[in-house]
Amino acid sequence: MAEETTNPTPAEPATAAKAAPAAKPTSPAAAKPAAAKPAGHAAPKGPPLATLTPELAQLQQHFGESIITPAPYVGVLVNDLSKLRDVMTYVRDQLGFDMLANVTAVDYIKEGYLQVVYHPQRSKGGQPITIKVRVPRGSDPVAPTEVAVPSLTPIYAGAEFQEREIYDMYGVRFEGHPDLRRILTWEGFYGWPLRKDWHEPYYEGDTKPFDSRWPGGHHELAEERVPWGDNVNYPPGFDPLNFNSDPDAGLYDSMLSGVPNAPIGPNGHAQQAPQPQGVGAAVSVYDRNYNTLADEEELQTDQIIVNMGPQHPSTHGVLRMVVKLDGETVTDLKLALGYLHRNHEKIGERNTWLHNIPYTDRLDYICGLANELGYVITVEKMMGIKPTERAEYLRVIMAELTRIESHFWAIGFLLNDLGAFYTPALYFITERDLILDLFESVTGSRLMCNYMRFGGVSRDFTEDQLAHARELAFDRIPRKIDELEQLLTENEIIKARTIGVGYLPAERSINYSLTGPCLRAAGVPYDIRRADPYSIYDRFDFEIPVFYGADVYDRYRVRVAEMRQSLRIVQQALNQIDQTKPGDIQAGKKAYNHRVPAGEAYGRVETPKGELGFYLVSDGGQNPYRYHVRSSSFINLNALKEMTVGHKVADAVVILGSLDIVLGEVDR
Amino acid sequence: MGLMGTGILKGLGVTLRHFIDTYAEDLKYILNKSGVQQPRPLRRQSPKNRGLVTVEYPRERLPLPENFRYVPFLVYDTEKQDDKCTSCGICAKVCPPQCIWIVRTEDPITKRPVPQPKEFYIDTTICMNCGYCAEFCPFDAIKMDHDYELSYYPTQEPHARLVHDKSRLTKPDTYHASIHPTDWHRELADRAAEEAKKKAAAEAKAKAEAAKPAGGAAAAAKPAPAPGAAQPSAPGPEKPAQADADKGSRE
Ligand code: SF4
Ligand code: SF4
Repeated sequence: MAEETTNPTPAEPATAAKAAPAAKPTSPAAAKPAAAKPAGHAAPKGPPLATLTPELAQLQQHFGESIITPAPYVGVLVNDLSKLRDVMTYVRDQLGFDMLANVTAVDYIKEGYLQVVYHPQRSKGGQPITIKVRVPRGSDPVAPTEVAVPSLTPIYAGAEFQEREIYDMYGVRFEGHPDLRRILTWEGFYGWPLRKDWHEPYYEGDTKPFDSRWPGGHHELAEERVPWGDNVNYPPGFDPLNFNSDPDAGLYDSMLSGVPNAPIGPNGHAQQAPQPQGVGAAVSVYDRNYNTLADEEELQTDQIIVNMGPQHPSTHGVLRMVVKLDGETVTDLKLALGYLHRNHEKIGERNTWLHNIPYTDRLDYICGLANELGYVITVEKMMGIKPTERAEYLRVIMAELTRIESHFWAIGFLLNDLGAFYTPALYFITERDLILDLFESVTGSRLMCNYMRFGGVSRDFTEDQLAHARELAFDRIPRKIDELEQLLTENEIIKARTIGVGYLPAERSINYSLTGPCLRAAGVPYDIRRADPYSIYDRFDFEIPVFYGADVYDRYRVRVAEMRQSLRIVQQALNQIDQTKPGDIQAGKKAYNHRVPAGEAYGRVETPKGELGFYLVSDGGQNPYRYHVRSSSFINLNALKEMTVGHKVADAVVILGSLDIVLGEVDR
Repeated sequence: MGLMGTGILKGLGVTLRHFIDTYAEDLKYILNKSGVQQPRPLRRQSPKNRGLVTVEYPRERLPLPENFRYVPFLVYDTEKQDDKCTSCGICAKVCPPQCIWIVRTEDPITKRPVPQPKEFYIDTTICMNCGYCAEFCPFDAIKMDHDYELSYYPTQEPHARLVHDKSRLTKPDTYHASIHPTDWHRELADRAAEEAKKKAAAEAKAKAEAAKPAGGAAAAAKPAPAPGAAQPSAPGPEKPAQADADKGSRE
């Protein structure tokens, strides 16, 4: 924030470093990772420290052992917050980790600090590295942290939304962030929902299963459990009847006059936002026309702010694009997110490991099976188990069919956005539904499949189902993709509307942490199935389609090409699956009360939308201590502004469509 | 690239083909009267269909696959005239949104748990139809239903319409057999195998007893109540152990 001078910065690391050891005595014999590392030597009781990868060792050598120390389990800890930007610049420029895959935080409440975790990766491929910093939680539970973490937005543009999310969920203050406002909850939200001491309405217990269900489970409707009782926190002195804050004031102000956003008050709220300069005090800013053209000679056009959404057919759900228009040209764009926010991650931390699998279906509900795969392989990585051969094939078949149906959907709706209402969309939805028929007959549900298990899958394909899959993969879908191309690829209207629209060059895309088809349409052949192979993708013969236009048209073409490649994979898998043993779909014994060894892991898969990552921390119990979803839909939106500014407002709709977001995953 | 407009014409060719195919498909149904009845919706939405797909829902229905899952039901064993559920509580634990509520029956005198649910609720406002309860129930006592048309009069109490209690949940195993034939046959086979195993074990035991001086009469009497009594009581010892294990695991 602006009023924070740089003076306190040198003092911060001292407090940060001190806070960690100071917290140790307060948590004697804590089973959780103990704060054990001022000098980098393992405390006898603490969790095992990570062994450094060559890159991290190089980093440590460059910055010295006092600044970079091995962190528990994985990665390194940067002990001096003021050096964080230097470290990350070095990581990006010297080590070549040019893309910030993931940023998140963990609340170590017993130890008294919040840990921010960065996962930079190389767009050339390979595994990400893990870099962590710690900030004390602070004394006031509803104020943002006193110590600020330097924002990485100048180094990685893709950090913008992720840091805002951490601020929103954990109250970590990021210094130098261009727009540090709440992102998934609203301005004025009380408390930091992902902190361990924050309780949701209807709070019942920290972890499931709840004792009240059995053996004395007398049913009670959730609403009857005193919805406005102890579980809901209001700020002291809060009067709901007289609450009239405008949660969007900060948003509009920042767009109208370059005034920084509403400053964060001492209690963690945006204070009543200052009125934007040049706008009458009582005038609502939404429809206010105002004039920024300095040059009197020029044609005077009005700049207006238009809210597109949240209920707008173009936004693919409940998303609000706030665009500033000069005539019809977009000059600025901001997003209001969170209309579908349900704190998926908090739910995930209450759940047991197994409970989370069906919840991942609800992230990106267009491609639920791909999400399950990501979660399941991450947990398997932590548990050190491997699924059976047959399960691997079934997973790949399902995940690739999911990619095909998701791309059918994306292309169909892109055409809707272009104004070709529903004829193409329905043609492709037909094909998608045939794939969903297969999902339904195998898993029991069309979208919420809940199919993958730790170490396997829940059901085998019968012969009939295999025949259905073969019919689709060898006959129907290849034919239909040809038809799709006939219908669209050479269509002059489509070309006129999409070529050159939404351009974002490769370096910018990487810097924005863009992943998925959008990145590959910008000429970066980054696909996790090849860059950091998981499951059995290394056995199949397929290509990563790349186009170089970096515009909407090439995003469309990449998707078509990817569908063809996915088909190749499905075909090969269907041919090879006969060599596996039918019925052998679960490694080990099927269990419901899994325990995952203490530790942490970041696992990711290539979903149809891009990189879906799961950052999981286990304390050895039945429930994840931290469950973070790195959502590609959410992070890809970082780049929307740069893609859109300068285009006409009608193109903004198309550009958003070309990103192919699903709000279930954006808002989580 | 060719002439301007050829791309559009090519695309229009595709829509024309769809148009014709749809009529051709319909004609086939009309000519083949018998096809109108059963296989129509089946074929309507299948990879073989060439035209447009519209299953006119309330009039036509797609056949549900056996695995289809909707809000669960409890299986009633018509042979033994008893609930299959032993109120072991596993389904309540695996249920992700925690919408299963079970009151275990207690013996009025000894206060020991009786393997039978006294009350059993599923809050369908919360159930996410994940199927875990059916998947992890060790007694095949809870299954996912095919009845997806649940609707209620708003005048009814929310409890009455949205929270399924035991009487609302319980359905005979003949119903289960009719909607899940494969699953049912597997169950029968499992049960037969178990019975055979038990019998073999009992026989072996009887033989061993007979070999001992005590003689076979007493020993032979033992396995007799086994199919009736041992079946429900078998989970007895397992249940508390399970509960303890779970308790211990979550402090
Ligand atoms: S798991 Fe099966 S037997 Fe156990 S309580 Fe649930 S329905 Fe009853
Ligand atoms: S289907 Fe899933 S959510 Fe519904 S009662 Fe069973 S376990 Fe619970």
